[in-house]
Amino acid sequence: MPRTQKPTNGRTRRTGRRSPLASVALIAIGLLFTGGAYAMISTSTATAATETASQQTVSEGEKLFAANCATCHGLSADGTGSGPSLIGVGAASVDFQVGTGRMPLQANGPQAIVKPVQFTEEQTAALTAYVASLAPGPGIPEAEYLDAEGDAAAGAELFRINCAMCHNVAGAGGALTEGKYAPALDGVTPQHIYEAMVTGPQNMPVFNDMNVSPEDKRDIITYLKYLENNPSPGGFALGSLGPVSEGLFLWIFGLGAIVALTVWITAKSN
Amino acid sequence: MSTTTDMKPVATKKSGGFTGAAANYIDERTSVSTAVKELGRKIFPDHWSFLLGEVALYSFVIILLSGSFLTFFFQASMAEVQYDGSYVPLKGVEMSVAMASSLDISFDVRGGLLMRQVHHWAALLFVASIGLHMLRIYFTGAFRKPRELNWVIGFVLFILAMAEGFTGYSLPDDLLSGNGLRIIDGMVKGIPVVGTWISFLLFGGEFPGTDIVGRLYSLHILLLPAIIVALIALHLLFVVVHKHTQYPGAGRTDTNVVGYPVLPVYAAKAGGFFFIVFGVVMLMASFFTINPIWNYGPYDPSPVSAGTQPDWYIGFADGALRLVPPGLEWVWFGHTWSFNILIPLTVIGIFIATVLFYPFIEAWITGDKREHHILDRPRNAPTRTAIGAAGVTFYAGLWAAASSDIMATHFKLTMEGVIHTLQAVVILGPIFAYFITKRVCLALQKKDREIVLHGYESGRIVRLPGGEYIEVHQPVDEYERWKLVSYNNYKPLELAPNAQGKVSPVQRVRAGLSRWFFEDRIAPVGTKELEESHGDHH
Repeated sequence: MPRTQKPTNGRTRRTGRRSPLASVALIAIGLLFTGGAYAMISTSTATAATETASQQTVSEGEKLFAANCATCHGLSADGTGSGPSLIGVGAASVDFQVGTGRMPLQANGPQAIVKPVQFTEEQTAALTAYVASLAPGPGIPEAEYLDAEGDAAAGAELFRINCAMCHNVAGAGGALTEGKYAPALDGVTPQHIYEAMVTGPQNMPVFNDMNVSPEDKRDIITYLKYLENNPSPGGFALGSLGPVSEGLFLWIFGLGAIVALTVWITAKSN
Repeated sequence: MSTTTDMKPVATKKSGGFTGAAANYIDERTSVSTAVKELGRKIFPDHWSFLLGEVALYSFVIILLSGSFLTFFFQASMAEVQYDGSYVPLKGVEMSVAMASSLDISFDVRGGLLMRQVHHWAALLFVASIGLHMLRIYFTGAFRKPRELNWVIGFVLFILAMAEGFTGYSLPDDLLSGNGLRIIDGMVKGIPVVGTWISFLLFGGEFPGTDIVGRLYSLHILLLPAIIVALIALHLLFVVVHKHTQYPGAGRTDTNVVGYPVLPVYAAKAGGFFFIVFGVVMLMASFFTINPIWNYGPYDPSPVSAGTQPDWYIGFADGALRLVPPGLEWVWFGHTWSFNILIPLTVIGIFIATVLFYPFIEAWITGDKREHHILDRPRNAPTRTAIGAAGVTFYAGLWAAASSDIMATHFKLTMEGVIHTLQAVVILGPIFAYFITKRVCLALQKKDREIVLHGYESGRIVRLPGGEYIEVHQPVDEYERWKLVSYNNYKPLELAPNAQGKVSPVQRVRAGLSRWFFEDRIAPVGTKELEESHGDHH
């Protein structure tokens, strides 16, 4: 739009009724309102888990944190060059990362790999309580969303639309760029699935309660548990990897068996 | 056959009871006995690799049988319905009738899932056995005169089988098949100028439209099978007309066939083999899931699952698309030129054309106009074998690329690393494969020569009176020697001026290619050479 600036009266405007600071103040007020509203909404997603943690657990967690995590995340959990700040990541994030054995990190790599869990449940809870006490963030999900008794069909549809492009339609996992990957979802606990959706660990995007409601998350968990608990109706699933494993199976075992049989049928009797 | 016109004497004598009477009844009305006499005495040589084509034929029969069953229940319509079958995680989901009827076949029709899996596994086996059969034909030189046309028919069958497979893969209208169609749509639209028009014609409007499943269904169950059946008949007719090839061996020549007659031996074997193949397919279908459409859900243009691949036989084309470097797309003269699609399409087109016309290319280069009924051992045609190995490497590189993501996750590699490695494999691999294979062939030929002339190492060490140690070599028996020495000794064509006393450029090219084919060669051992070597077995 070439004609928005009118040089003839652009300067005279400034001397009008409005103070020169009026627009600045207006923007400041606007930002304050949206920011405040956003903060209210996002803190409301944090559940009551933080309140139940006693001061004793928190200080125990602080000690564990200083001994096991502070090297990378900093003594006050505000991050260093080798690890991100944990202020505001919430209880869910710590419970997921530590509870699945991803943290403490074994080595630098494209992404944290799942290892045997390093802490007892009490220790994990203490660490969780400590990090959650630093700033509000997503809390431990409530049990009502983790019962896997929601609507599997709705969950399957949500899963195909939101999750399957990385995790595969049957949750068998898939490749990402530069050595990163979306892991297979078989055997992951409902709580960890929920926490992963809320916190977006590694390369996963965050699916907050605004775009996938807690009920929807419950449906997704229901679908994943359905897949886990019901064997494939067609027989062995060959890893649920799709046509690649089917093709390999056909060439190696199917055609292999056929060729062995052709050799047998044309063998000379002796 | 001139003898077939002779009138038969009316059978008055008592024959073999009811069977004989029935046979006679039929024969008097159809003259089928001449055909039986002719075909029943046909000789087929016995070798396991000669049964691969039969495997393809039998899997096609299995496909026809199971496919007919599926047509009873499948509805090729893209009208929207709410699924209300037995599979819980899809209950109430909106989908096309095609998808819903495929799910009904899987969960609510008795034996339906088994038949679906039989159909799909047999389809994979069909294309795979054609592929293996073609490799056998190629590496043994069975495509040479007079069988060039049958090679072409066979290769067209291979392409048609892939088309059948792809149309079938698209019918259930699940997420995977829709994604596959979307790639085809993208490839079609990548063709300059006409691409968009063709795509709209194919899909009846913008992708995915509501027509495509019905159209593919017509192709899948009517047109393509009809052409395939006709070509199979022609293919088999040619096998009868040409007689079967045989591997070199004592007593086998270009004018005879050593083996068993069709009746009773071969017919019994081949008939029994059909049930063996059927059994293997049945076992696979009973125990192993294939194409679990219930996992994929109905097609929706927005989601794409990780690990989305075509069935194995389309993998090479998918791989070619994955390997092409990014950014090869420009706008010229108001049109988008998608070289990221045109390059793979062209390369695949050239590859397919080369395979299709290979018998004629080789015949032109060698200038060999003789008929060949004795197969080559692959080592005895080093250049051809090397070209084949290069082609296989190229195809395998493209094929592997279709599973680049699966390789990355399962071998803990980076996606980029896999892609770049396979790019190198597709371009450099064939070159390495060519040279290595050619050297290996020549070395094997040298070894054969050595064995014919000096016998094989017996492992017996003898000390001579003078104190010298030698290993005794045993001469090979005559049967074995026949196999080792009976092959054609080609020489490069020599440039000869034509009637005008000129050497045409075409002749020069041909002579150059001929030199490339036959410059490095190991001549078979001749009688004279053999006689000279006698008494020299150490």
